[in-house]
Amino acid sequence: MSQSADKVLDHFTLFHQPEYRALFERKKKDFEFGHSDEKVAEVSEWTKSKEYLEKNFAREAITINPTKACQPIGAMYAAQGFEGTLPFVHGSQGCVAYFRTHLTRHFKEPNNAVSSSMTEDAAVFGGLNNMIDGLANAYALYKPKMIAVMTTCMAEVIGDDLGGFITNAKNKESVPQEFPVPYAHTPSFVGSHIVGYDNMMKGILSYFWDKAEDYSVEKTQAINIIPGFDGYAVGNNRELKRIAAQFGIDVTILSDVSDVFDTPGDGEYRMYDGGTTLEATKQALHAKATISMQEYNTNQTLQFVKEKGQEVAKFNYPLGVTATDDLLLKLAELSGKAIPDSLKLERGRLVDAIADSHAHLHGKRFAIYGDPDFCLGMARFLLELGAEPVHILSTSGSKKWEKQVAKAVEGSPFGAAAKAYGGKDLWHLRSLLFNEPVDYIIGNSYGKYLERDTKIPLIRLTYPIFDRHHHHRYPSWGYQGALNVLVRILDRIFEDMDANTSVVGVTDISFDLVR
Amino acid sequence: MSLAVNTDIDVKGLVDKVLEAYPEKSRKRRQKHINVLEAEAKDCGVKSNIKSIPGVMTIRGCAYAGSKGVVWGPIKDMIHISHGPVGCGYYSWSGRRNYYIGDTGVDAFGTMHFTTDFQEKDIVFGGDKKLHKAIEEINELFPLANGISVQSECPIGLIGDDIEAVSRAKASEIGKPVIPARCEGFRGVSQSLGHHIANDVIRDWVFEKSEPKAEFVSTPYDVTVIGDYNIGGDAWASRILLEEIGLRVIAQWSGDGTLAELENTPKAKVNLIHCYRSMNYIARHMEEKYNIPWMEYNFFGPSQIAASLRKIAALFDHTIQEKAEAVIAKYQPMVDAVIAKYKPRLEGKKVMLYVGGLRPRHVADAYTDLGMEIVGTGYEFAHNDDYQRTTHYVKEGTLIYDDVTAYELEKFVEEIRPDLVGSGIKEKYVFQKMGLPFRQLHSWDYSGPYHGYDGFAIFARDMDMAISNPVWGLQKAPW
Repeated sequence: MSQSADKVLDHFTLFHQPEYRALFERKKKDFEFGHSDEKVAEVSEWTKSKEYLEKNFAREAITINPTKACQPIGAMYAAQGFEGTLPFVHGSQGCVAYFRTHLTRHFKEPNNAVSSSMTEDAAVFGGLNNMIDGLANAYALYKPKMIAVMTTCMAEVIGDDLGGFITNAKNKESVPQEFPVPYAHTPSFVGSHIVGYDNMMKGILSYFWDKAEDYSVEKTQAINIIPGFDGYAVGNNRELKRIAAQFGIDVTILSDVSDVFDTPGDGEYRMYDGGTTLEATKQALHAKATISMQEYNTNQTLQFVKEKGQEVAKFNYPLGVTATDDLLLKLAELSGKAIPDSLKLERGRLVDAIADSHAHLHGKRFAIYGDPDFCLGMARFLLELGAEPVHILSTSGSKKWEKQVAKAVEGSPFGAAAKAYGGKDLWHLRSLLFNEPVDYIIGNSYGKYLERDTKIPLIRLTYPIFDRHHHHRYPSWGYQGALNVLVRILDRIFEDMDANTSVVGVTDISFDLVR
Repeated sequence: MSLAVNTDIDVKGLVDKVLEAYPEKSRKRRQKHINVLEAEAKDCGVKSNIKSIPGVMTIRGCAYAGSKGVVWGPIKDMIHISHGPVGCGYYSWSGRRNYYIGDTGVDAFGTMHFTTDFQEKDIVFGGDKKLHKAIEEINELFPLANGISVQSECPIGLIGDDIEAVSRAKASEIGKPVIPARCEGFRGVSQSLGHHIANDVIRDWVFEKSEPKAEFVSTPYDVTVIGDYNIGGDAWASRILLEEIGLRVIAQWSGDGTLAELENTPKAKVNLIHCYRSMNYIARHMEEKYNIPWMEYNFFGPSQIAASLRKIAALFDHTIQEKAEAVIAKYQPMVDAVIAKYKPRLEGKKVMLYVGGLRPRHVADAYTDLGMEIVGTGYEFAHNDDYQRTTHYVKEGTLIYDDVTAYELEKFVEEIRPDLVGSGIKEKYVFQKMGLPFRQLHSWDYSGPYHGYDGFAIFARDMDMAISNPVWGLQKAPW
């Protein structure tokens, strides 16, 4: 027995004690009837081969470790960024448990949403009664200012009509007639979480903007910014507001989760806090322009905004110096205001930091995966650092996106090896990493399996990050955000360097104090 | 310790007050799920295993979560296809900490996510063709997978796919079991039906279609561990005790389990059940079909562990019984030291629980061993037999809540102000914001194991860590 009260051993050490090692051996030998160690080793090697890569890339039907979720979680996230809003997911209830869990594990914050809890009878007769009772219960218990309705694939397959159902529920007095209940159909078998975000955003804006009495009001100088689905939203949205304040621009962030997903620990639980106010959302119709920070999160929304007479501009998760330059120039152009000196100073500090560290970044090869916009933003930043994006992979990526990536890296000597893989997954990336190795992987927590298998260090810079804490509180956008990203990359590089030079008398020749 | 809890609170009044917030129809339904335990009650006096009411933030999951997430997912040498759209498998990917040993992606697949990623055309034209192809691809890329299960997501049952036909055809083609589970998320009222479906699928597609391994040699001391998902290594910390008392654990269901272990289970002399709720079905089936008795046990906390070891040993001969006593004696000094260290800091602390499966009752005595008392408990997806069993563990006055809504739990906790809340990730941050110590009792809050004597030391340390951390004293600013 190794356990003791003085020094309690948990799973990290307990299972490496001799009594457990022996137990594992016995279980394997006597009861598991598995394959021989030799066979496992042989197949393990084969999975790393070129031959395996080719078979792996020939896959048509099975997806393995994708970099995408389904529409309603994106829709839920978009809705949660509005003041006092309770997402109401119409369909099976298990989905909501999953969405809430996933978002909570990343932000380490409560995540609220309700389900209409449809079961077999609703599958046969439709979910109208679930909508009627569900809206009444949600309204009475949780006292939201708005309920945003979206769907699971169950409700989509049976063809429930949200618009009709909501009208019906209002007529049955589930919620008052004037109570805002925007909605979006969000089938899980179309697109991914970023399309769900787009659908819900359009649903909410349509609800507030399609009222006839507002048509004749003149445009203001205000600018709307739609951040898109972003794991760093807490830091990033605050950074956007800070930048706007320096400019003196009246900016409305449409779906601002920054305070929603960052409530204080002061003894009081706030079910609702922060978020874009409903009034500001309504007024956002009259803004001069709307900027999307993530093109692939807002295809339909931006089209809708354009039809309302606003100028629109789109970015692809702008990271780094030139992407931030472009964002600021666009803000200056749209607002007619000069870029403040304070931001120019921040730019200079960022460039200075890159100059200080470039020797550790130059020529380093990277794999990047995640949402299409993140991959584009990250690849561009790496090019600026003199690093080389090599494999750029997104399960949500389309052919159009692949071309966009190719264009982004074109002309840079650091982009010569870059290739975009749209519609591919992390099992494809595993083959790529074995056959065309890189120095670092940039992705999310799911990449830790790739790191374990390939021994290529992982840098967590996109949603979801489950196994590191609080990164989402720091921005990655703006010059300050770029500095954070730079430091995260550098820290990993330096840690890796130390780890590779730490064997006394063998590799520690290069175990330098000053780097 | 007292014979009753919550004696200083009008708990019945609290329940009435909390339920006032509901519209009448829902209030009437919810009333039946909440009760205050009476002295010498035969059950907890609550309705259970009934549809959640819409719109209330139930904490429950679905049948897919019960089948793929709980029962099948941990079988490590098989590939479990999340059949349908991409989300279900994505959200349940590596979420439950079912520890296993193996070369992931080569001969073990527990922390991988396989999906047919349905697109609109699959919904319109059906997904059987895609499933055929998916199984072929898996067979080619993962030659050491010992079988495949098809875990249905909602659309499968709605669009009329015949996954059983595909499974039969592919099984004979690839020469390995292909096992279809009809665990669409809209079936039933919670995870619970998914457990039942998954049990039935093992009966029909494992027991009925394969035999125990020919090389398997039985002994009179062969038992199984049923309903232990090896969260944080729980099953291993249990197995070690059973081995120490002289038994052979021929199968683990299903944490760190293999297909061969499932197949060999009918050779057991007795099936030992930890999570009764999720696996009693298969134990009852084996009792009927193979005449294998089953017994429930509880490996949380030294009182229950010792009682369970004795109960298990009593099914065998004297040598086992003597060894059981020797094992209990061997661990006693460590247990005493753990209690001596932590009990003074935890004595009298009140705990409220809301979990699934077996834990709302099974962990109660582990807390009692540390001098703590349960003042409220409830289950996500229990049936009446769970609530009957619960009366043995909790005291008069305990607040019982079935399928509690986030609203109710928040209000109950606010009013009762326990010293510790034990529930899931969705609840964790709500209560921490309120300034209440919290431990996740699904995932062991990334710690564990909590089963067995080794686990009890960790359990005690963790509860103390939650309660005694200085952070709870920092919540109020000094001005």
